[in-house]
Amino acid sequence: MNTGRKFTLALAAAAAFGLVAGSAVAEKAYGPGVTDTNIKLGNTNPYSGPAAAYGTIGKSISAYFDKVNKEGGVNGRMIEFISLDDGYSPPKTKEQTRKLVEQDDVLLIFQGLGTPTNSAVHNYMNKKKVPQLFVATGATKWGDPENFPWTMGWQPSYQTEGRLFGAYIMENVKDPKIGILYQNDDYGKDYVKGLKDKLGDKASEWIVAEESYEVTDPTISSQIIKLKNSGANVFYNVSIPKFAAQAIKKVRELEWDPVFLNNSVSNSVGSVYKPAGLDKSKGIISLQYYQDPTSPDTQKTEAYAKWKAWMGEYYPEGDLLNTFNVYGYLVAQTMVQVLEQAGDNLTRENIMKEAANLNMEIDMFLPGVSIETSATDFYPIEKMMPVQFNGERLVSIGKVVSAN
Amino acid sequence: MTTEVETNTDSRLTVGSKINIKWVGAFIILGALLPFFVEGYTSFQATLVMIYAIAILGLNLLTGFNGQFSLGHSAFYAIGAYTAAVLVYHLDWPVYVTIPIGGVVCFVAGFLFGLPALRLEGLYLALATFALAVAVPQILKSSHLEELTGGVQGLDVFRPDVPAVLPIDMDQWWYLITFGIMLLMFWVAWNLINSRSGRAMMAIRDNPIAAASMGINTSLYKSLTFGVSAFYTGIAGALSAIVIEFVAPDSFTFQLSILLFIGLVVGGTGSIWGAIFGGLFILMVPNIAEEVSTGLSYAVFGVILILVIYVMPSGIAGFVNILRVRLRKIF
Amino acid sequence: MDHLLQQILTGLANGAIYACLALAVVMIYQAIDHFNFAQGEMAMFSTYICWSMIAVGIPYWIAFLLTIVVSFTAGIAIERIIFKPIHNAPVLSHIVVFIGLLAIFNSLAGAIWDHTIKTFPSPFPEGSFGGLIGLHEVGMFFVTLLLLGAIFCFFKYTRVGMAMQAAAANPDSAELVGIRVGWMLALGWGLAAAIGAVAGMMIAPVVFLDPNMMLGILLYGFAAAIVGGITSPGGAVAGGFLVGIIENLAGTYIPAIGSELKLTVALVLIVTVLLFKPNGLFGKSIVTRV
Repeated sequence: MNTGRKFTLALAAAAAFGLVAGSAVAEKAYGPGVTDTNIKLGNTNPYSGPAAAYGTIGKSISAYFDKVNKEGGVNGRMIEFISLDDGYSPPKTKEQTRKLVEQDDVLLIFQGLGTPTNSAVHNYMNKKKVPQLFVATGATKWGDPENFPWTMGWQPSYQTEGRLFGAYIMENVKDPKIGILYQNDDYGKDYVKGLKDKLGDKASEWIVAEESYEVTDPTISSQIIKLKNSGANVFYNVSIPKFAAQAIKKVRELEWDPVFLNNSVSNSVGSVYKPAGLDKSKGIISLQYYQDPTSPDTQKTEAYAKWKAWMGEYYPEGDLLNTFNVYGYLVAQTMVQVLEQAGDNLTRENIMKEAANLNMEIDMFLPGVSIETSATDFYPIEKMMPVQFNGERLVSIGKVVSAN
Repeated sequence: MTTEVETNTDSRLTVGSKINIKWVGAFIILGALLPFFVEGYTSFQATLVMIYAIAILGLNLLTGFNGQFSLGHSAFYAIGAYTAAVLVYHLDWPVYVTIPIGGVVCFVAGFLFGLPALRLEGLYLALATFALAVAVPQILKSSHLEELTGGVQGLDVFRPDVPAVLPIDMDQWWYLITFGIMLLMFWVAWNLINSRSGRAMMAIRDNPIAAASMGINTSLYKSLTFGVSAFYTGIAGALSAIVIEFVAPDSFTFQLSILLFIGLVVGGTGSIWGAIFGGLFILMVPNIAEEVSTGLSYAVFGVILILVIYVMPSGIAGFVNILRVRLRKIF
Repeated sequence: MDHLLQQILTGLANGAIYACLALAVVMIYQAIDHFNFAQGEMAMFSTYICWSMIAVGIPYWIAFLLTIVVSFTAGIAIERIIFKPIHNAPVLSHIVVFIGLLAIFNSLAGAIWDHTIKTFPSPFPEGSFGGLIGLHEVGMFFVTLLLLGAIFCFFKYTRVGMAMQAAAANPDSAELVGIRVGWMLALGWGLAAAIGAVAGMMIAPVVFLDPNMMLGILLYGFAAAIVGGITSPGGAVAGGFLVGIIENLAGTYIPAIGSELKLTVALVLIVTVLLFKPNGLFGKSIVTRV
């Protein structure tokens, strides 16, 4: 072989080596909180105070990550889930979030709970370029990639659901006169806005009464009386389980028989319809995107068996009747999917890229419901199924609808 | 049986004592240097402690030194915070100016509230202040004021950059500002307590009838004290809006009033510098309780509260004083 | 007119809830001269204990009575164990301990029984009076009056009742005449806890049982007790009904406010009442000498 050829060969070999070595280095990229064996995720949840009921979401997420870790982790890395209590107080959320980001060096904040609490850190997270992923609230403002590229919601927004209810009314009720009960906070108001947006200029004509309540109110009897007396024939109930159950009882007690539309937050056989009275809850219409673990039909499925087994092993003190424990299960799986898709490129930028690149279904969703995101679509779940309670179980009364 | 809520406090903690230059000087120097030796997050936490301390001192002036039991100070904190937030958000006013304005607005609010409250004593006053604490978040949330207050969503508060001439970061800058304000307000409070007005305030607390019969205009003093107390808490609120960069009705619930009250008692009613311990307690102890047990953090907090009262019934300041007296006896 | 009647009746129904708790508040106040912040949480905890008993098959009335006994004992125990050692601490410190108790009971209940709402049975039949007011609410109204009667007789006609009032009014003199003041305090606590338990067990069928059940109600009960006059059990009950009715009517008939500011309006009205009658509607004015 002459020198020219040897040289070219050597050059080619060097180039090949350089290529391999270069790409091997480029493959592993770590953001803060990531090592070869560990990924740190941060979270704030209300474990104390009046909103402590939601704390079980944080606990179920933690339990799911325990399962993932026991089964080998994500791409060989264990998930270290640091969840701090913010008591649903925005100043505390700011403090705890800063601790997680600046002291604990987490890769991202995942499933922070609450609208005012997430609002308090919305600007901070985007300024610091830390992913604020899958926030646990249905407010619409989390799906705005243009202005807030680091924030993403997860569940169907309350306004989305409100619009779907509006569509249902427009299609199915002749001459509707709508009476609304709503919780006097962002959650309640968002649902009402969604409904009004869909009804458009018919809203002022069709909505005959709007009554709000505070979480500290003992009962909502007075509000229900007013709603009945307004002559409404459609009752749009935007309340949490305790008040939804009270509402159902009172509506029947007053011998009022409106078209009863119930928000998905309170669409649960075990937590609402049973306490209120199964026969009293007959006919209630709602929208669902995941299986109700208290519904007899769900309990026959394989997906439920898997969920139940997981609860038994990893979260035995959790309540099998509590739909929040399915919610946590589902959202944790979404997070794991993002991490899996990111592979060894675990920078914050790539995490957001993969979060905006989801197309998945989970077995505990209702068939037809999926998670879809893109660079312009930061609303992962937009599909819901209309269902009606027949006194025993929830039956679907239509196809899965999408609200865009 | 009475409906009075005795607020006997150990005034020896404050009245008559001279400012111990050595301790205070050391405190000022160490405090001013702190933000340069710790990371930004810790400075931020320290700033929050100081803000609480100012609010607690406000409550102390009313409850500890003047005997008017208030469960409503979260309302003044909220008014101060929203004053600052609204001025910055809607009118683009410079942040620094909004702090004293927040205080003044609260002074007026406190004074106006104190006037009708003159007729109420002890537990009845407590109810009236509680009504205030519950009303203010409701009003802030209401749709009537949504345009102004941002309703349930709240308002963001944007801070201006640190003046370019100073080589420090945002957390350090606001720590120092808060530190300066705190020192100033503590000094003013100390002077107030040790003045004739202060003695009048305390006389009203200890024996309102005797005080009145000695010629003290109890009505005026009580209302003014309400105003001054609200002023302090309002300044703290305004500072908090700026430092946390966000206000929402959920930040100012009745729970906050309870927390301030706890800070007052644990720090030591009747002590000015005890307010710093109070602030430290209400910020840090919930975090500590959480580390003990996430699910039962509130219960752990309750247990700690009870234990603290056992060991230090007159608060931390009272405890330190007892120690000081005992040590002096030994040495 | 029908609507007005309905709102008034609902107000009375709510008022019965507040009145029940207001009685417990007055009882504890008679005994210890302070307002116990933890009263509501203790009542809630008692209700959960009853629920647990029923859940394992114990019949309602036996569980009801057992719960009262357990709560009474627990109340005495709390006073003797937790409050006796800090007897001489300033009043404000006592209040912090109440807050601590509140936190403990609230958190424990959530941890033991979870936050999903639970049904609690009612001893009264289901149904309503012509769609106007539920039968349980009517029953609750009568139970409240019965409790009130019992407390009134206790304080006015029994030696123990009078001894307790003496111990609260003037502990030193009471000691001198042989009343064991310490045990009077404990008794007061026990009775208040027992009344609270009854209140909780009456309220839970209406509002459903969950750890935060009593938070809002306690505040209303506090307001009711004060507007009625903290020295008067009858006043507390009247106060409860008044608060319930005012709240409902204000929310219904003051259009600018609607339900949004219901609580605010109710409290403003209460404070206004206090401005004219600073000791509550039925309270006695205490003359203090210098």
